[in-house]
Amino acid sequence: MRVLEARGIVRTYGQVVALDGCDFDVEAGEVTALIGDNGAGKSTLTKVLSGTERAEEGTVRFLGEEVHFNSPAQARARGIETVYQDLALCPHLDAVKNLFLGREVKAGGVLGLMGFMNRKEMRQRSAEAFQDLGAAVRTLTEPVGNMSGGQRQSIAVARAAAWANKIIFLDEPTAALGVVQTENVLDLIKRVRDKGIGVVFISHSMPEVLSVADSIQVMRRGRRVATYRATDSSIEELVGAMTGKFDEGAA
Amino acid sequence: MSTETHVNRASDLFDTEKVPLLRRLSRIQAAQIVLVLVGLLIFFSIMSPDAFFTVFTFRSIIMNTAIFAVLGVGATLVIITAGIDLSVGAVLVFSSVIAAKVMENLGAEGWATAFVGTLVAIACGAAWGFINGFLVGRAKVPAFIVTLGTLGMALGLSQVLTGGIDVSGVPEVLVDTVGFGNAFSEVPTIVVVSAIVVIIGSIVLHRTKFGMYTYAVGSNPEACRRVGIKVDRQLMFVYMIAGACAGIGGILSLALYQQTTIGGQSMTALTVIAGVVIGGTSLFGGVGSIFGTVIGLLIPAVLQTGFVIIGVESYWQGVVIGIFLIGAVYVDGARRTKAQRGSGRKTKHLQVGGVHVGASPEREN
Repeated sequence: MRVLEARGIVRTYGQVVALDGCDFDVEAGEVTALIGDNGAGKSTLTKVLSGTERAEEGTVRFLGEEVHFNSPAQARARGIETVYQDLALCPHLDAVKNLFLGREVKAGGVLGLMGFMNRKEMRQRSAEAFQDLGAAVRTLTEPVGNMSGGQRQSIAVARAAAWANKIIFLDEPTAALGVVQTENVLDLIKRVRDKGIGVVFISHSMPEVLSVADSIQVMRRGRRVATYRATDSSIEELVGAMTGKFDEGAA
Repeated sequence: MSTETHVNRASDLFDTEKVPLLRRLSRIQAAQIVLVLVGLLIFFSIMSPDAFFTVFTFRSIIMNTAIFAVLGVGATLVIITAGIDLSVGAVLVFSSVIAAKVMENLGAEGWATAFVGTLVAIACGAAWGFINGFLVGRAKVPAFIVTLGTLGMALGLSQVLTGGIDVSGVPEVLVDTVGFGNAFSEVPTIVVVSAIVVIIGSIVLHRTKFGMYTYAVGSNPEACRRVGIKVDRQLMFVYMIAGACAGIGGILSLALYQQTTIGGQSMTALTVIAGVVIGGTSLFGGVGSIFGTVIGLLIPAVLQTGFVIIGVESYWQGVVIGIFLIGAVYVDGARRTKAQRGSGRKTKHLQVGGVHVGASPEREN
């Protein structure tokens, strides 16, 4: 089922045309890899689709209905979460607080009105959320800043998965990770997909893309130039599309 | 295959959940600083058991700390957001000047007047705090500059309004009950008021959404914005609380000294900030506790009283506090670099491993 359909998205920054009539599709329960060379417009597209930036032209259909996200909050309200490259975790807070930051569980009654939180429930629900995905989080009570890059990435992905029920955008989630940690995060991504969520996976690593993605959409110079099924694609083909095989006038 | 490993991993998830209380305590700088305080108390008690280890001495130490502790509540919140408030002393003066003038006009007598004066002082403090918070949060002027500016403005306006001459006009009931009175047995009322502010502040900081946002804003403002927290609004409230605390400090100082202290608060903000930092709150934001601040403020008070009693010139207090201050920041900084190096080394190691195994394959394209 198609959860998101973007058509003809245009976004410019002054003279720079970041998105030049870009199309993009996300299917539920699939990992959609979004690849392209630096400056192809992957991050801008992510920002537009997650409500951080506004498109100047083009339409976005979410579950068949045309939507205009003016803020990330509006996208989140529809079940769309984004994990940015810099994770956006608070290093001094523990995993529970990071998971619930901005979405706290209120305490009951008067205490809740006074701004108190139901910390027990938040702790329980975080433990469930991490366990559910098998996220490699060793402790809920330590500041996440003390954890390894892989654990932090797992927390960020699990946080997105805990709140998103439709789409998660992952902007180069494995860029800074070692082998084992990358493997963990990729497994985590597959489990998120298996819950029926559409995962958009941005990466520069073609082997990772081929191993985790179901569909691959290639961007070049602000446009989608090709769409592949991961099963019948190859690194050569992807790199070719990224580097201009389909450019007008190219051989 | 990978599923199995993960089932295993899930079963021993959260294995370090139960860190022994003692070990957890030892990691908190505030706990280490408690040891320092206890050490000082023991030292002075041994040096001068008759004069130091007395109710009178302890009473005067906590009285000297009471007003600073109230200011320290606000200052701790501000510094946790990675900000700074240099204006608290001047705001205290301004609040007490306006409150004293109002109370003077109301006849300077009775509880009703004192009550009105208290509200006026808190409102004045909160107003300055709002100005600070607005400029820091909305106008994005560095907190150091904003509060240096409002320091000058609040103090200058106080002098303009009074011609530089201290105002009295404090109702006697306020002086007798809050300034000099005991709430019960030998515990001064001013200390009880201060303790109430400290306890409320701690509860708000550690148990409420507002407190969590305060830490979060100091830890990573960008992360807060992305999850929809209004960072500028949070900063505005935090500085307003700091201002309101200075307002409470203003009325307490009126009760204690029976008049304003226009010339007497030039070091107040720095004393409070030193206490906050000695108490383990990080100037870089995200970390800290009001409990630590209270301990950090008690240390100078103990030193001052202790030095007088054992016959060391009390000027040495400044020297010793300076050493404590730098030491505290050094410890904080060392811990931060250690934490960073710790995780950095791990990542590096794995990446090195990664190259060996041949992952990091994007380079191969």
